[in-house]
Amino acid sequence: MKLIPPYRYLRPKNLQEAVEQLGRYGEEAKILAGGTDLIPMIRDCLITPKTMIDISFLDELRYIREEGDMIKIGALATHSEILKSPLINGKTGVLAKAEKVLGATQIRNRGTIGGNLCNASPAADTAPPLMVLNAKLKAISVEGERIIPIEEFFTGPRKNALKPNEILVEVQVSPEPEKSGSSFIKLGRRRALTLSVVSTAALIVMDGVKCRDARIALGAVAPTPVRAKETEKLLINKELNGEVISSAAEKVVEEINPITDVRGSAEYRREMSKVLTKRCLLEALESVKR
Amino acid sequence: MNETGNLKIKFTLNGKPIEYMVKPNWTLLDLLRKELSVLSPKEGCSRGDCGACTVLLNGKPVNSCLVLAPQIDGKEIVTVEGLIEDKEFKALKETFIEKGAVQCGFCTPGIIVSAVALLREKGNPTVQDIEEALEGNLCRCTGYIRIIEAVKQAAEKLQKTS
Repeated sequence: MKLIPPYRYLRPKNLQEAVEQLGRYGEEAKILAGGTDLIPMIRDCLITPKTMIDISFLDELRYIREEGDMIKIGALATHSEILKSPLINGKTGVLAKAEKVLGATQIRNRGTIGGNLCNASPAADTAPPLMVLNAKLKAISVEGERIIPIEEFFTGPRKNALKPNEILVEVQVSPEPEKSGSSFIKLGRRRALTLSVVSTAALIVMDGVKCRDARIALGAVAPTPVRAKETEKLLINKELNGEVISSAAEKVVEEINPITDVRGSAEYRREMSKVLTKRCLLEALESVKR
Repeated sequence: MNETGNLKIKFTLNGKPIEYMVKPNWTLLDLLRKELSVLSPKEGCSRGDCGACTVLLNGKPVNSCLVLAPQIDGKEIVTVEGLIEDKEFKALKETFIEKGAVQCGFCTPGIIVSAVALLREKGNPTVQDIEEALEGNLCRCTGYIRIIEAVKQAAEKLQKTS
């Protein structure tokens, strides 16, 4: 059994100390939370941080609460905690749906929402649901605090918009609106412990039979998770039915740029993006509370 | 932390308090197997895909290959060695034998740990509950049918006796 390569290990006592340590070590440091993505990457020498700043003891970043019209999720909330949260299940069901199929029990017990986002995999399971919820991400550094809209957070495969001295501390979402419906579908090679071949999240807000707002996001079909805004436009202010949804879903291929990899070919991903977008929208429509 | 970068951690292992000097790049699995000779957790993939190294961390199943040794400071770790007097474990042991749910045995400790956590949380799990609880544990020998049946039967046994 080979040891993972060594590094300097720091364990800040509070967030303030973590921010200072990251300010000092910036580029050469990695923030360690649940470790479910980071430790395999270090083991494979894909990254070789000189310093690890272990924030896993900072309980101040482990919460899920409602404040005003916002739901705030601490970066260290685990996938299991989010999945079991009545607040998340009641008000942002699309996120709960994605958490249910993320990794497996052991990964969900350890992995955190902040880690899933910072790792910035194009296939990150929490990204599409947070995109349709218009999530805002709060980052802090020695220079202060910054709010980053999730659409601007992913900048490339495994790249995010954080500066080297910034820590992601909170995910903020608005509850799903009244008269809305949502869904999330993940297509993997197996059901558990797998990266998505394609994942889709949809949220629609209805006004009678008319669609007032539609949001669609996809994972694993572009260098970053993406919103499909042109497809959304084909739904807004329309009377939604199977036909309208099917024809709109065709548009989604123009908004993605998939690659061929071990999990699936670009061609397959394009076809499945249409199918899953359609299914996801139909499920969302079905779930609208009238 | 001392000048070599090693650090002393305190935790409980199977109910027993332990103080140990660890290297920051040891995983919990390294600590258990190589240093403490706790051999029920197995190293399969070393990357959280197989579940053979599953242990309970504060009562919840986690992959010990994905937890760093310094991260268990102040925490409670339980492996199969610490479950032998446990009622869920005893029921599972009997039904795994009855159903023939063990073949090579490499995945078994991890599966038992996941199953114990399930039975503590849900006394009367459905087949789907069991499948979900075990989705992070791979078995390459028996297939999963007998394992799932054994967990189901252990739950029924425990329901009858309670």
